[in-house]
Amino acid sequence: MALIQIAEPGQSTTAHQHRLAVGIDLGTTNSLVATVRSGEVDTLPDADGSHLLPSVVHYAGNEILVGSAALQHSVSDPLNTIVSVKRLMGRGIDDINTDDAHHLYEFAETDSSVPRIKTRAGNVSAIEVSAEILKTLKRRAENALGDELTGAVITVPAYFDDAQRQATKDAARLADIKVLRLLNEPTAAAVAYGLDSGNEGVIAVYDLGGGTFDISILRLNKGVFEVLATGGNSSLGGDDFDHEIALWLSAEAGIDDLRDPAVKRAIMQQARSAKEALAEHESVDIDLDVAGTRWQGAIDREKLKELLLPLVKKTLMSCRRALRDAEVENQDISEVVMVGGSTRVLIVREMVAEFFECELLTGIDPDKVVATGAALQADVLAGNKPDDEMLLLDVIPLSLGIETMGGLVEKIIHRNTAIPVAKAQDFTTYKDGQTAMAVHVLQGERELVSDCRSLARFELRGFPPQVAGAARIRVTFQVDADGLLIVSAREENSGVEASVDVKPSYGLSDNEIETMLRDSIEHAEDDMHSRSLREQQVEAERVLEALDSALAVDADQLLSAEEKEKIADARQRLVEVKSGADIDSIESGIKQLEAACEDYVARRMNSNIRSAMAGHSIDEYSDSTENVDAES
Amino acid sequence: MAITLTEPAAERIKSFLDNRGKGVGLRLGVKTMGCSGMSYVLEFVDEINPEDEVFEDAGVKVIVDKKSLVYLDGTELDYTREGLNEGFKFNNPKEKAACGCGESFTV
Repeated sequence: MALIQIAEPGQSTTAHQHRLAVGIDLGTTNSLVATVRSGEVDTLPDADGSHLLPSVVHYAGNEILVGSAALQHSVSDPLNTIVSVKRLMGRGIDDINTDDAHHLYEFAETDSSVPRIKTRAGNVSAIEVSAEILKTLKRRAENALGDELTGAVITVPAYFDDAQRQATKDAARLADIKVLRLLNEPTAAAVAYGLDSGNEGVIAVYDLGGGTFDISILRLNKGVFEVLATGGNSSLGGDDFDHEIALWLSAEAGIDDLRDPAVKRAIMQQARSAKEALAEHESVDIDLDVAGTRWQGAIDREKLKELLLPLVKKTLMSCRRALRDAEVENQDISEVVMVGGSTRVLIVREMVAEFFECELLTGIDPDKVVATGAALQADVLAGNKPDDEMLLLDVIPLSLGIETMGGLVEKIIHRNTAIPVAKAQDFTTYKDGQTAMAVHVLQGERELVSDCRSLARFELRGFPPQVAGAARIRVTFQVDADGLLIVSAREENSGVEASVDVKPSYGLSDNEIETMLRDSIEHAEDDMHSRSLREQQVEAERVLEALDSALAVDADQLLSAEEKEKIADARQRLVEVKSGADIDSIESGIKQLEAACEDYVARRMNSNIRSAMAGHSIDEYSDSTENVDAES
Repeated sequence: MAITLTEPAAERIKSFLDNRGKGVGLRLGVKTMGCSGMSYVLEFVDEINPEDEVFEDAGVKVIVDKKSLVYLDGTELDYTREGLNEGFKFNNPKEKAACGCGESFTV
């Protein structure tokens, strides 16, 4: 007969009412699955009793191995053994190629921008590889729980952009897992430490995993917590620690050619075990035997500290920035939650404690803490607990906006806005008779389109031709609880609509988000200058456009040859300065042209009114006033 | 009239109650639901109601309401592991048939 778990009072499920929900930590190095049973949350082990599933997939001839079984092949058959696939999620081929030597796979030439890795079993995308890991976890959960899953909460780094979040959801769908919610990893960690237990204050979550670093600043208040700010580096983690140690090892051992994937992996593995051993011991002996070279030596904590110091400092820079975003000081932080296997490294703990000047929370196994929080959240979302037990507020990591004339970015949702959120802004047309508008969705902090990430493009077509500036186009940005974006545009006068779910363009810029943020601060002044320059240039073009279309209509009737020449001179001067970089001269060029046209504009207006009124009496106008108003 | 607990079951219940941090004991019950008539209920107890019977076995309070007791009398509650799955099992002498999945039963 079925085995039964203890429920909270009054919360027993009826027979066949399945509410098995799990939390999945889909990590760069290791993945875990956890669930709540009999009021207790725990990670689920596999048949051998091991909780961590190495995030490694090996494509053998006719079968696919996942986890430790796959890991065994990582040295002997690196091209068919995919490790750290999370780094490839939602990335374009260009990003990966520039991402130095971390990736050792051969990529197939395809038309699509989604990179596919060549393996013995055909070409596979990062999404398919991740789905294999998820399938294994799903199988493990169903074996352990004796039933089918209702759904899962899957965690992602806070810094995952829309493309990466969508890729994670796609992988879950491929593995036939219903995603209850994507949860930011630091948020999950905070949940695991029981924030609903009535703590108050500001805490930091320092998450240094295998491949990503995240820092989150959370405020706890009466059991509710709010994410004040997030920051981090999506390409920094334990892998990089191993990499640093491996570089030192190979230099010591006199191996200078790391291009052979098998050699590199072997050294990386040595580096990793040395790093792990140093958490327990003052010094460890190393016996390296690879590619015909044998080296015996030792590494101590001092050396490790020296090697890793620059990397740890990098994480602290992100911490400082997150504190600034959250508008809090180091001293305001009451607790720091340590997450991720790499926080076992002593130098990390020392430096983080020193930086925040407070105690670190390390009570829950740092590898399991994220999955634990995800499981608690899944339990709530599956309806096994009263809904009011937990309220999570997340923020968007980078501002979202659209491109406007002149290649400028108009931000619609600013970074660190709590989600879910919807915001709308009105835009208008630039040219007379314009019937379509291109909407280009961008992510980033900079002022110019070229410095931000392009997420999507779509066109709003078929609204009626109107005078420039008369159309009212409302662009709405909606970000759901998973951080996924839907952009819609609607021309209000005609009701024409278009929208796009951000199926983000995978060709993302290789700039790391951290760099993007730093740039936006460093280039603040340049950006301001380029923005006002572009604005003046756009204004100049608009003035010229309007003048030319007016001249084409009635220049001959209204202007003498002399006046025409005067206007043409002023027009020419503006054309000459407008492509330059001097904001003031463009501005004065516009002013001079407007001054030269003053009489012409006045005459045009009179002549328009005269022709409109010809053959009508004043009485007719007073009657029709109402109609005119109603139409406008 | 009695309900008993096996040693492993008592140990698990004590540790679950300790971790939960509150609760006086464990409720056993039946509900008329499921594909074969009845299904078992297993819940933590924060408050004992007047219509409840309280048994104590191996240091654990087992609470059963009088209506459920007629179906559960003589039951031994066990904690077992089946493959990767672990949980509680009702060894109920009154149980005559269970549905295929074992989640509901008839007396």
